[in-house]
Amino acid sequence: MNPLMNDRRNPPRAMSPFLHDRRKAPKLQWSSLLQRAHLDGWLLLGIIIFSILSMLVLYSSGGQDTAILIRQAIRIGIAAIFMILLAQIHPDRLKDIAFWVYAVGMLLLLVVLLFGTIGKGAQRWLDLGFFRFQPSEIMKLAVPLVVAVYLAERPLSPTYPRLLVALILIAAPVFLISQQPDLGTALLVGSSGLIVIFLSGISWRVITGFLALCAAAVPVLWYFMYDYQRRRVMTLFNPESDPLGAGYHIIQSKIAIGSGGLHGRGWLHGTQSHLQFLPEQTTDFVFAVIAEEFGLVGVIALIVLYLLVTARGMYIAAQAQATYMKLLAGSIALTFLVYVFVNVGMVIGLLPVVGAPLPLISYGGTSMVTLLAGFGILMSIHTHRRMMSP
Amino acid sequence: MIDPRYRLKDHSRESQLISTRLIIAGVLSVLLFGIIIFRLVILQIVEFEHFDSLSNRNRIDIEPLPPQRGLIYDRNGVLLAENIPTFSLELIPEKVPDIDATLAELTTLLSLTEEDIEAFKTRRTRHRAFEEVVLRSQLTEEEVALFSVNRHRFPGVDVVGRLIRHYPQGALFAHAVGYVGRINQQEMQEIDRQNYKGTLQIGKNGVEKQYEDLLHGTVGYRQVETNVQGRTVRELYSEPATGGEDLYLHLDINLQRTAAEALGDYSGSVVALDTRNGGVLALVSKPDYDPNAFVTGISVKDYAELRDNPEQPLFNRALRGHYPPGSTFKPFVALAGLELNVVTEQSRTYCPGFYSLPGNDHRYRCWRRQGHAHVDLKSAMAESCDVYFYDLAHALGIDRLHGFLDYFGFGHQTGIDVPGESRGLSPSREWKRAQRNQAWFPGETLISGIGQGFNQTTPVQLAHATATLGMMGTAFKPQLVRATKADTDEGMQLIGAQQADSLPIQQSRNWQAVIESMVEVIHGRRGTARHTGEGLPFKFAGKTGTAQVFGIAQDAKYDAETLAKKLHDHALFVAFAPAEDPEIAIAVVVENGGSGSGVAAPIARKLIDVYFGIETEKEADESIDE
Repeated sequence: MNPLMNDRRNPPRAMSPFLHDRRKAPKLQWSSLLQRAHLDGWLLLGIIIFSILSMLVLYSSGGQDTAILIRQAIRIGIAAIFMILLAQIHPDRLKDIAFWVYAVGMLLLLVVLLFGTIGKGAQRWLDLGFFRFQPSEIMKLAVPLVVAVYLAERPLSPTYPRLLVALILIAAPVFLISQQPDLGTALLVGSSGLIVIFLSGISWRVITGFLALCAAAVPVLWYFMYDYQRRRVMTLFNPESDPLGAGYHIIQSKIAIGSGGLHGRGWLHGTQSHLQFLPEQTTDFVFAVIAEEFGLVGVIALIVLYLLVTARGMYIAAQAQATYMKLLAGSIALTFLVYVFVNVGMVIGLLPVVGAPLPLISYGGTSMVTLLAGFGILMSIHTHRRMMSP
Repeated sequence: MIDPRYRLKDHSRESQLISTRLIIAGVLSVLLFGIIIFRLVILQIVEFEHFDSLSNRNRIDIEPLPPQRGLIYDRNGVLLAENIPTFSLELIPEKVPDIDATLAELTTLLSLTEEDIEAFKTRRTRHRAFEEVVLRSQLTEEEVALFSVNRHRFPGVDVVGRLIRHYPQGALFAHAVGYVGRINQQEMQEIDRQNYKGTLQIGKNGVEKQYEDLLHGTVGYRQVETNVQGRTVRELYSEPATGGEDLYLHLDINLQRTAAEALGDYSGSVVALDTRNGGVLALVSKPDYDPNAFVTGISVKDYAELRDNPEQPLFNRALRGHYPPGSTFKPFVALAGLELNVVTEQSRTYCPGFYSLPGNDHRYRCWRRQGHAHVDLKSAMAESCDVYFYDLAHALGIDRLHGFLDYFGFGHQTGIDVPGESRGLSPSREWKRAQRNQAWFPGETLISGIGQGFNQTTPVQLAHATATLGMMGTAFKPQLVRATKADTDEGMQLIGAQQADSLPIQQSRNWQAVIESMVEVIHGRRGTARHTGEGLPFKFAGKTGTAQVFGIAQDAKYDAETLAKKLHDHALFVAFAPAEDPEIAIAVVVENGGSGSGVAAPIARKLIDVYFGIETEKEADESIDE
């Protein structure tokens, strides 16, 4: 069935008595309200659940300080405003400005590299006087957007020359971000672009070849890494080699997680985090606090919740009506899961410590805004569909 | 025409393709998270015991080592503030299996009271589960022994020794040295919290507050490994604390005690200064209170009793008490008259017992109803003739008088090193305009001339001004602390005297004249305090004062017997000794004491005797008897 064959002048099943009855039901009125506000109920529910979880966990890990909760609530509020605004923008408008957003993002990345103020030993921040933000955050959305729009211009799967252009579109910002150096964000921006390419249907031969190339590039990458990055990778394999230095994070984090057991020590009773053995217990290592206080049961529930939110995003991608929308929605949903994977993998000692927050839970502003902005785009794609029926 | 961008023919194929890829990605994601969950199962289930024991047994604690607070000595090396050990029973809630049962057992063992338990429960809510909470402070040695024998029965409970502040002299130095107390919420905001880790008390008052930074010292740390019960297994590293600096005061316990005893049951204040450097030799404010009550926290009932006492023992009269200076003001007024050439030493005034302003028949009375007849500076000072000073004040005018009194610090803080000093009040035309929105009346100048009316001075101000007068204009800031001694230093660090600018008095003869007139008060045939100077090997200078607490009607007579004690006049006396080359300046204020010469002057004389080591006949007899 071609959706474009139906238009508003001729709704084929609007008069069906079955639908008429359903419309009277309150559930339908509620969902039509959400539809009119261009919001998606399931994603919204997920965000609300995560926000409540975030508050509970931050209250415990932040030393039962309500000030931190207020600040976090303000950040969630600001991020939600971004989300709601983006949900109102028709996906076609995003398509029109895709290239420009990407260009401005690249320009800002160059500016940051040249003039960026030093924050936490890395040049990431752009200080605008009243607030500071990381241009690399823009790229988390701009890269999948521009690649999706570019690849959707022509029939899929992409030809080799177009694939090369797409790869360059991804590689350029990733290179600039890794120079800041912010390996975590570079990784996420790179994956968001590569996921688009994967979804666009490139052949498995190309994928295998690419993976082989990556494996071969490891020694080369090693050569170009900064000392602290190498140390983090090394301590991953043998954290005990450096218990007071780079291995400290991983050792303490593993003790916190392991001592949580099946049921955990209970909310507010995690000793590792409260005795401040655990570093960054409100930001990057918040997952360890959850594991210590809520145990295996708690973290599995959390992971399932993340998978459900991602599943909703992928469903939206599958339901999207234009190719670039599908690619973009799929990338946003899957990148969200990559966030989770990178953070949790780091905290449990599977991946090197790259400095990535746990999405929707960690204390911190910029990443929260980007995440919810992505959700806003998902909602926009889903609610701006031309409906077969109202 | 269909928009070419949508490429209808490709759309369903592309949709199919992307959906397939989405499903593949979903399966891959689930697999990847399968690895994570597998890893979590290994950490949290398989290796749980390993990590649990790591978490529990090998906790590394960082314990603060609070510094020992500096000691405070008087000038003779007598301890005024020390630190004594005290033991308290403390409990770590997290480590106690059953708190209620433990409390019940402890109650029978150590006879804890209901109050102890209640206080503990409120304190407990303010601490985290793994922090120790005080159950009972100031255990007796017997209780410590009793608990130690039974300690094995109470995991998570322990006796902790601490040092607390103690003031061996009790109430005697309460208003000078002050006291320490529990750090409150507001102080918490102002201090360097890091440096106060493990410290429970902070200076609240007096020297203890003023010199808090010196007395406190620097905190140290101890890194220890603790076992499951939270007991220290071994020490890993320690950085010792640096104790606070000891303070050596100018105060002399003999003078202090003499002054306090001499005041007896009267409310009032005695301040004695070393004229040569501003050192505070005695600073007494009566009634007083026991500062030891505040150290571990005074009970609400006891505090209410002190606060609501009509005699106001917590009020520091020496620094904050506002008294009309009365006739003790006259030497300063006289000096103003001489210096500004309004009178000379020989100028004579006729005193008929009252004074009237020209064109006004209101009578300003002299304290002696029958008058003093003809008086000059010396006799007017000796007999404290009010009419002479009415006339002088009128001739000076309030503007010149106020300006001159400024030199002596009236209406200003003396800058003594104790917090909370009051400025007193030295009235002027501008002050009255600003405060009361009224013009200055000539009659007010007259009563200012005899230290009444709006004038308000504190005992410290009076002593400071008297010292300045005795030193002929060389003023020193009053100072309690003479020297400090750091924990690490061998010797003391002397704190130098702080000299203010010398007074702009041109003719030194004027100083001489006023001082001679004050000597006449003590040693003259008709001096108001002529008995005070008997039996001294040197002469000293002084001035009596009797300050009215309430106004007396035009022709009424002051009758002490019929008045309530509260309305009796304040007795004042200022002096410096010896008159030539003075060493000590004294101000005495006795509230409702009645007469300056009868009540206040003898107190000053006792201080002079003690300071110069003079044995009066009576005391000499007593010592022979012994």
